[in-house]
Amino acid sequence: MGIAPTAHAESVDFVMLYIVAVSVVLLLGITATMIYFVFKYNRKKGHQPVDIHGNTLLEVVWIVIPTLLVLSMFYFGYTSFRELRDIPENPFTVKVTARMWKFDFEYPNGKKADTLYVPINKDIELKMESMDVNHAFYIPAFRIKEDIIHGKVNHLYFKPRELGDYDVACAEYCGLNHSAMYTKVKVLYENDFDKWLKGRE
Amino acid sequence: MAESSASFYTKSTNKYSGILSWLLTKDHKRIGLMYMMAIISFFVVGIIIGLLMRLELISPGRTIMDAQTYNTLFTLHGVIMIFLFIIPGLPAIFGNFFLPIQIGAEDVAFPRLNLLSWYVYIIGAVLVLVSLFLPGGPIDTGWTFYIPYSVRSTTNVSMALFAAFVLGFSSILTGINFITTVHRMRAPGMGFFKMPLFVWATYATAWIQILATPVIAITIILVIIERSFGVGIFDPALGGDPILFQHMFWIYSHPAVYIMILPAMGVVSEIIPTFARRTIFGYKAIAMSSLAIAFVGYLVWAHHMFSSGMSDTARWIFSLLTFIVALPSGVKIFNWVATMYKGSIDPQPPFLWVMNFIFLFSIGGLTGLVLGSLATDVHLTDTYFVVAHFHYVMFGGTGTIFFAALHYWFPKMFGKMYNIRFSQIAVALYFIGFNMLYFPKFIMGYMGMPRRYYDYLPQFTTLQRISTVGSWILAGTIFFIFGYFIHALRKGKKATSNPWGGVTLEWHIPSPPPLENFVKLPEIKDDPYDFSQLKEMKDE
Repeated sequence: MGIAPTAHAESVDFVMLYIVAVSVVLLLGITATMIYFVFKYNRKKGHQPVDIHGNTLLEVVWIVIPTLLVLSMFYFGYTSFRELRDIPENPFTVKVTARMWKFDFEYPNGKKADTLYVPINKDIELKMESMDVNHAFYIPAFRIKEDIIHGKVNHLYFKPRELGDYDVACAEYCGLNHSAMYTKVKVLYENDFDKWLKGRE
Repeated sequence: MAESSASFYTKSTNKYSGILSWLLTKDHKRIGLMYMMAIISFFVVGIIIGLLMRLELISPGRTIMDAQTYNTLFTLHGVIMIFLFIIPGLPAIFGNFFLPIQIGAEDVAFPRLNLLSWYVYIIGAVLVLVSLFLPGGPIDTGWTFYIPYSVRSTTNVSMALFAAFVLGFSSILTGINFITTVHRMRAPGMGFFKMPLFVWATYATAWIQILATPVIAITIILVIIERSFGVGIFDPALGGDPILFQHMFWIYSHPAVYIMILPAMGVVSEIIPTFARRTIFGYKAIAMSSLAIAFVGYLVWAHHMFSSGMSDTARWIFSLLTFIVALPSGVKIFNWVATMYKGSIDPQPPFLWVMNFIFLFSIGGLTGLVLGSLATDVHLTDTYFVVAHFHYVMFGGTGTIFFAALHYWFPKMFGKMYNIRFSQIAVALYFIGFNMLYFPKFIMGYMGMPRRYYDYLPQFTTLQRISTVGSWILAGTIFFIFGYFIHALRKGKKATSNPWGGVTLEWHIPSPPPLENFVKLPEIKDDPYDFSQLKEMKDE
């Protein structure tokens, strides 16, 4: 895998890595301790069991440490999420209309398309609305998604930094051809994009 | 132990014999077994549907069925597994059978209501089945019934929803019965903090059942009204709010997750002390964490909706609360492992199932942290990652403990012992099949494979195939388990009254138990897991 196509995707991958790293340590710790105890205190070895009813200090420790860990996870997840929500001023806005089972895009100059063309290194804001049932606009490579709901405008923001074609999937179940509701986002150099935008397709 | 009283199989609460003596019984043990028959039947149906879905996904494009059939199957798989198997599974079978015995009671507080709740369950289940064959065809909305799709779908949505409504009442009635039983029917000397932890867990569950289930009942009625009369409540085309539906749906359906997992945690707290032959570590911490989960579990529902477009404030508050609800589950796991410390561990099959559970459920819980965090959830919600996560929690957690409970209490319930060697093999195969089936879904989810997809992009083919092969191993193992249990029923060796050396009250009475449970009530110890009494018990 090369460089992440957006800065946000990189930060999501970092949050993921952090949580997974902590989780793997916990999982292996728990599993190894359990297996060790099963061998060490196996009945075949014949020693007497000891009734230990509990230990307040231990209970405090294994509440406090996990609390700190999950709070840190919350914090990283939240700050990374803010990148999606604090949209810079004057983004380039594209209107997205979802219907069973197709996405349509409309540009400020009135141009329409069924593939999302965007310029590189620009702030892109999608204003999304559904014509019928719930859909979701999901760009796995950018690590972002937002539902598209009838009667409500939902927003999605991204800033691509790598050229390329990326899959867009509908991620909210919408009936018969839900799994065919795919399109692409094509990231172009700005002059190529301008040419496309002014062109008649 | 006095042998004077006949087992509940031979002695009936009514004057009938044969099948009628079961269908009209007020005995909590017989009702538990009737639930077992029904619930396992639906479990098998759910497994077969799952196998068909996995077979369809073995290669991209159409394999064995069309998209509409697939959409119907994943809906039915969810509805059957959730409403007919995993919600009632542990409380209705093992709660019914063992909760009264563990607190030294002769029966539940309302035996007739108990029988009624079984019939209500059966009526609900029959309604689900009927909805499959009526014109319009089986429901295709997903088990979450999200509006507007569920208003627009021309399939039998109303009928299936009504079935869920009816099943909810069965759940509520069982909950009322258990709460009253715990408060009013405890044997003299059985204080709250002398109760076994399975009773605590089932008690906490019962509160969720009676407080949360009415919300889904109301929601379902509103959807049916909307579909039947075109009243705009949730459908935006009629001026309704589809997000309101999601809130109301998850206000029940998130606590329902704890209805599913809490009794399983209770079973774990029974099995570990028995096979470690020492008292439970942190009795109060475990009991209180059940109540904490039941309470905080109410406050996290909107973490299912981080991408729905609700306000940013709501998103971070629910994210924070979600992390908090992870803590009591962690406390339980730490206390369980600590209970093995300085024990005398005999890893018999029920204990091996619990070890399986601790590993699988930990993965389920820890991946829940990934989904509780906002940035990662926005990427992963509605993908295979979520599917993998909740199968590790529900199936790896509750499903695994369903088998643990079956292996632990089977000799007590039926008076027969199963083949230990077979069950050791089953534990190993289950572990392999389970991880093969569900672990690839974490990876596919992170790669961007959305859930509820009939078709997929070519890059997912290898992982989809591994998953499908895993489904064969897992399902094969489960049928193998049912096979050796049926064999044990017919030809198994007679089980003693206490094959594992347990000390909670069910191990003080014969296997299978007499109709009245106790001929003479054993002395209630301060600590339900006081193994010093084991010696005297052998002399009984």
